[in-house]
Amino acid sequence: MADAAVMPGFPRAAAGAKAAVRARPGIRFDRVTVAYRSTVALADFSLDVEPGEVMALLGPSGSGKTTALRTVAGFVTPTSGRVFLGDTDVTSMPAHQRGIGMVVQQYALFPHMRVEQNVAFGLRAAGASRATIAPRVTECLTMVGMAAYARRYPHELSGGQQQRVAIARALAIRPRVLLLDEPLSALDAQLRSGMLNEIARLHRELPDVTILYVTHDQVEALTLADRIAVMNDSRLVDVGTAQSLYQQPPSDFTATFVGNANLVPVTVEAFDAARQEARVRFAACSVVVRANGGVTPGERRTLCVRPHALALEPPAAGANAIEARVVEVQWRGSAHRLYLEIDGIELRADSKPLREPPHRGERLIVHFAAHDATLLAAAQADRGSADHRG
Amino acid sequence: MLLPSRPSRVAAWVLFFVLFVPVFGLPIVVVGAASVAGQWNDVLPSHLTLRHLHDAFVSNAGIELLTSLATGIIASVVALVIGTWAALAVRALRRRGAKVIGTLFVLPIAVPSVSVGLGLLVAFSRPPFLLNGTSVIVVIAHVVLVTAFAFSSVSAGLARLPAHFEQVAASLGGRPAYVLFRVTLPLLTPSLVAAAGLCFALSMGELGATIMVYPPGWVTLPVGIFALTDRGAVFDGAALTVLLLVLTLVVLVAVSRIRTRASYR
Ligand SMILES: Nc1ncnc2c1ncn2[C@@H]1O[C@H](COP(=O)(O)OP(=O)(O)OP(=O)(O)O)[C@@H](O)[C@H]1O
Ligand SMILES: [Mg+2]
Repeated sequence: MADAAVMPGFPRAAAGAKAAVRARPGIRFDRVTVAYRSTVALADFSLDVEPGEVMALLGPSGSGKTTALRTVAGFVTPTSGRVFLGDTDVTSMPAHQRGIGMVVQQYALFPHMRVEQNVAFGLRAAGASRATIAPRVTECLTMVGMAAYARRYPHELSGGQQQRVAIARALAIRPRVLLLDEPLSALDAQLRSGMLNEIARLHRELPDVTILYVTHDQVEALTLADRIAVMNDSRLVDVGTAQSLYQQPPSDFTATFVGNANLVPVTVEAFDAARQEARVRFAACSVVVRANGGVTPGERRTLCVRPHALALEPPAAGANAIEARVVEVQWRGSAHRLYLEIDGIELRADSKPLREPPHRGERLIVHFAAHDATLLAAAQADRGSADHRG
Repeated sequence: MLLPSRPSRVAAWVLFFVLFVPVFGLPIVVVGAASVAGQWNDVLPSHLTLRHLHDAFVSNAGIELLTSLATGIIASVVALVIGTWAALAVRALRRRGAKVIGTLFVLPIAVPSVSVGLGLLVAFSRPPFLLNGTSVIVVIAHVVLVTAFAFSSVSAGLARLPAHFEQVAASLGGRPAYVLFRVTLPLLTPSLVAAAGLCFALSMGELGATIMVYPPGWVTLPVGIFALTDRGAVFDGAALTVLLLVLTLVVLVAVSRIRTRASYR
């Protein structure tokens, strides 16, 4: 088995041996709906997570991310639909037979057990021998850099340390599927980026583990995930690679939620099929943008352009230039965020720190390259332009 | 500190002395004084003597003390087991019926304990449940009365227990029984200890039901105290009460010293 190379010498002891989880299971949601009394927490949710893949569930608070995760863990029974691990239908399998590692937001380290006992819990529950447990515990603690803390109690650890132990505890049962529910949300910004790197490293060390990673932080999702499933309002909105969602967002919700795109309703004036570019108009401006797949003149579309693609200096010859009025200037350390206005249309622009930032009310020219702007379908444009402030 | 400012702290202490000392402290002080009184005709007792306390030790009060202790310990343990099981079962039911069962368990508190004793007497006086005249019926009476408190205390503890501990334990492969004994019950230790202390203290002072059902061979200390004061031997009764208080206190302190690592949370 491939994972023998990762942790040599350990017979597999995960979860009661009955674990349905075979060699490299993926996760499959098949039209899963979860309803709590009157609220529908997850609606008709279908998603395939490939074996060994890191899938991020990204969405705003209350969008059903945790609920989706809990159906895989077995803490919630779907009202309808099925959940599969590999080929096995686990929809009504008890949680303790699934052999899934889970890290919850609150860490949930058992307060009455030492760190090493916490990590050993799953192995003890499976009846593993002492000779198996001790080295495995040490190995898992070493992997997360916590071997020196084995004898401590959870209350003697910092939040970040507790988080590492929680991950070690989940890894100790050698799960084929690892569920992480906002594991970094309780940490401060600096710790968070450190842990983010560690989780990325762990995944490189354990390439066979399928990871479902819940977060509302797009940076975490973009950093870690092979693919991202964007959720809103209990539903799956879009799913795709980080890059495709970022550069070619399929919907206005994804465009705003992943990367805070500016969305502007536009009218197509002309289409250049050879270059896959279109000339579009909004307010008094006429700009050239990428239009893969083609558009027809006269069509109404939504222009999507990222704040950091809007520059005060032209990024390249032939870039679009539009004149805008400065509404507000914010300094954010690594960037200046400008709130601009063009005939009632608001745009956000992130520029590198400016020595002499513009004043409110000043008029200036912003530029963006044609390949930094894309067109979305227009059907969603009206909603998009209404809530794209942020 | 709950009361940060100095005046409010002073006010709290004044309130304590004005209200709590007379209401809760005075009866105990009076009993203590009576236990060493030779006579008590004036405001204060006179002819102080240790005779009653001495008598308490040499008389059959010693046996009554052991009887109470045995009853209290057995009844608390049984009540704790039943109460904990019931609290877990009610939580697992999660139905509307669960609330009804929970209420039923607490009902014995609202009934005069004499009635509980009477009920048991009637119920267990004929075959096949012929327990009348045995020590078992006394223990049963105590269990019935104190289980309600064990149930309430453990239920409250369970309600405060976040679900994610048990869920994580299950996801790590812990079967329900394993999770119960390795996670749930250890995390409930503070509630269990509190419940045990409460049950024991209640049992040690129980009179109403006991007096209805006790056989001659199983006289608890409260029954003995009641018999003495009923005969007019008030000071001897007071001496026994002091004995009861001290013993209960010793056991309660011992119980409260059970390490509760779960409370480090
Ligand atoms: N036990 C429950 N009973 C009733 N409603 C619930 C329950 N758990 C979740 N919900 C509801 O289901 C919806 C989805 O909740 P869920 O916890 O999945 O959101 P989430 O995306 O994880 O949000 P967050 O980012 O805030 O954790 C919410 O509207 C929530 O109020
Ligand atoms: Mg959540």
